[in-house]
Amino acid sequence: MDGAGVRRFGLGLIPWVGAILLWYAVRWSGFVNTSLIPAPHQVAAKFVELLTKEGLLIDIFASTRRVFFGVSLGILVAVPVGFLLGWYRPARTFADPMINFFRALPPIALIPLVIVYFGVDELAKLVILFYASFFSGVIVMYEGVSQITPLYIRVAQTLGANQTEIFRKVIIPLTVPHILTALRVALGVAWATLVASELIAAQRGLGAMIQNASTYFLLDVIYVGIICIGLIALIMDMILRKITARLLVWQDRAIA
Amino acid sequence: MTTRAQFDKVSLAFETPKGRLNVVEDVSYDINDGDFIAVIGPSGCGKTTMMSMLAGFQKPTTGSVLFDGQPVAGPGPERGVIFQEYGVFPWLTVKQNIAFGLTLRANHVAAGERDLICDHYLGLMGLSDFANSYPKHLSGGMRQRLAIARAYAVKPQFLLMDEPFGALDAQTRSNMQNLLLKVLQTEGKTVMLITHSVEEAIYLASRIVVVTARPARIRQIIDVPFAYPRDESIQERPEFGELRSYIKHLVMDEYRAQQAQMRPVSFSE
Repeated sequence: MDGAGVRRFGLGLIPWVGAILLWYAVRWSGFVNTSLIPAPHQVAAKFVELLTKEGLLIDIFASTRRVFFGVSLGILVAVPVGFLLGWYRPARTFADPMINFFRALPPIALIPLVIVYFGVDELAKLVILFYASFFSGVIVMYEGVSQITPLYIRVAQTLGANQTEIFRKVIIPLTVPHILTALRVALGVAWATLVASELIAAQRGLGAMIQNASTYFLLDVIYVGIICIGLIALIMDMILRKITARLLVWQDRAIA
Repeated sequence: MTTRAQFDKVSLAFETPKGRLNVVEDVSYDINDGDFIAVIGPSGCGKTTMMSMLAGFQKPTTGSVLFDGQPVAGPGPERGVIFQEYGVFPWLTVKQNIAFGLTLRANHVAAGERDLICDHYLGLMGLSDFANSYPKHLSGGMRQRLAIARAYAVKPQFLLMDEPFGALDAQTRSNMQNLLLKVLQTEGKTVMLITHSVEEAIYLASRIVVVTARPARIRQIIDVPFAYPRDESIQERPEFGELRSYIKHLVMDEYRAQQAQMRPVSFSE
């Protein structure tokens, strides 16, 4: 790592150290009952214990897999739908109110219905995550696509491009940035919805772990679960950002 | 001399909520092979609309716009367009931008030939050192050179330029004008240039079409009495100065007419 890299890493680390110090400070300040706040080192110890004895990795895997498939399917459908809505104004006028209606519904509110229609298996969780990713992705897609300037299409036409070539060589490259943004947004929303989806009789998964722990008031386990969700979401986002940077080297970004 | 493009009693009007808006009215003129036509007139008068019809983006309301004797049905590679906003593709490198047209089915360029054509125009436009750069690293003048190279690469018979140098600073602009003259000298093209600069029109064009305030009609068509190849020295000649003040008068006249059309703006709101 070069000097600038070390500095960036250090800068990124500061708020985390600060958060942990604040955590200790709150615990030791005496304002809060210490039995309600496990110390960071206790949570870390619990993490190791869960990892080695309770199969935390299985929970992590179960949750990550659900998020992965939910987001993949949601974006797979959101991309063409968002594209159509952004590209054809009539389609937008036609579908916009309905999309906003469904987008406003919190996925948790749908859980009773999902249980009725899809049961309590993996399918039900997939449906919830699909719903959350689709509606957050579709909005990003159509907002992005509707802002594509017609100039590039005109240029391509004057160079002799036919409809297929315009689509393949102009519209797709211009759409890629929006697909990546939609993916990032959907990923965030899906992780946020995970716990809700695992409310449905899940055996394993980070959401299920948190749910079970709350029944027995195991605060340290809840903390481990929450931190795991945040960390995995962070790692996925970082991977996606690396891919974005690789695919979109051409983009003019403000770097200060 | 063959006629390449023809405006035949062309009018174009829009229906707006406030009524019919005539943009171009009864315009007729021919553009012959090898002509360099500059269209000049007050801004907002409808000269870009004229070009847009020949490019194939807009259709006349009445009359017809012909290219090689056929009514223009849409945009096509035989009519290259250089846009004021350049329109270089930001997701492609400089070389890929030039190659873009060559990879299209309509232009039938063999893969082996593409590289040669790209290298030729990279060199001609002084972009060889930037072949693999993305447009975000280019200056305005370089982007415009890239746009010209890309348009030239597909060998259009005709070039339409909409105020191509309008956004450039004075020095870059005069460089670009000289480059364009040089390229025209070696490659030969028929050109229709939209501009609001009288000097640019005289320096570059063989014929100047002065357009009236909106709706755009033809005020006068003027032959420029300088032979090609030209260099900046012609701008010092007395004929250049006379022609310039003559055309400036015409354009100022129309500019005032255009201003008078606009309703006085109230600042009390």
